Amino acid sequence: MGAAVKRSIAPLFWLPFGAGGMLAALIGPALVLITGFAAPHAVGLSPGFMSFARASAFAQHPLGKLVLLGVIGLFLWHGAERIYLTLRDMHAGGKLALMWICYGSAGALTCVTVAALLAIGW
Amino acid sequence: MSGARPYIRPIEPLWWARPPYLAYTLREATGVAVAGYAVVLLAGVISLASGEGAYQAWLDFLRSPWSLALHLLFLIGILAHVWTWFAIMPKTMPRLVIGDRVVPQSWITAAGLAVAIASFIVILLLAKWVQP
Repeated sequence: MGAAVKRSIAPLFWLPFGAGGMLAALIGPALVLITGFAAPHAVGLSPGFMSFARASAFAQHPLGKLVLLGVIGLFLWHGAERIYLTLRDMHAGGKLALMWICYGSAGALTCVTVAALLAIGW
Repeated sequence: MSGARPYIRPIEPLWWARPPYLAYTLREATGVAVAGYAVVLLAGVISLASGEGAYQAWLDFLRSPWSLALHLLFLIGILAHVWTWFAIMPKTMPRLVIGDRVVPQSWITAAGLAVAIASFIVILLLAKWVQP
C-alpha cells in the first residue's frame, strides 16, 4: 500500500527555504550590519574584529564552520527558491531551465562553500 | 485536432510590475538580497582559504564605497524580508489556539518581530563582547 504512494520531493525545496527565511529574519540584519558596516569601517567595533587571524580561527573551529555553512547555504537556498518561483511566474523561461539555473547555482555554491571550509583546515 | 477553440485569457507581460502584484514581486525580490549577501560571505570564505593576501583584498573590498552601497541594499532588502516574513507567518502556520481562544494573527506577527528585535540586540552585544 505504502509503496504505491508517490512521494513528493517538494519538501526538499521548501524546508531549506523556510529554515533560511527564518534564519535570515532572525540574524540577517545584525550580520549585515556587522560584516558590511561596523567591522570593516571600525564603527562601534575594534579595527581588528575581522582580522585574518581571528577569521581563520573562527573558520577552523567546527562550530564556526557549521555557522558559515549554515548561513551561506541556507541563505542561498532561500534566495534561490524565491528567485525561481518569481521568474517562473514572470514566464521568464522554461520551468526546467529556471529550476536548473536557480537551484543549480545554489547547489554548486553550497558545494564550493564546503570545499573552501575543508581547505581552510581544522 | 479537435474543433474546440478554448479561450485563453491574455496575460499582460509586465503584470508583476503593477499593483497589487508589485507588493508580492518586491517581497520575493528580498530573496535576491539574502542570496547576494551569502555570495559576499562565500567570497570571504574562499579568500580565507586562499591565504592572507586574498583575505586582505576581500576586506579592502568591504571598505570600498561599492561595498557600502551594496550592503545598504542588502540591509534594506533583508529588513523588508524580516517585516514580510513575520507578516505572512500566521497565514502559513496552523491556527494557534491557547485555552479555547484563537490567537489573533497580529499577535503572532508582533511576537515574531519581537523575537527578531531581541535577536538583533543579542547578536550586536555578542559582537561587542567578543571584539579584541
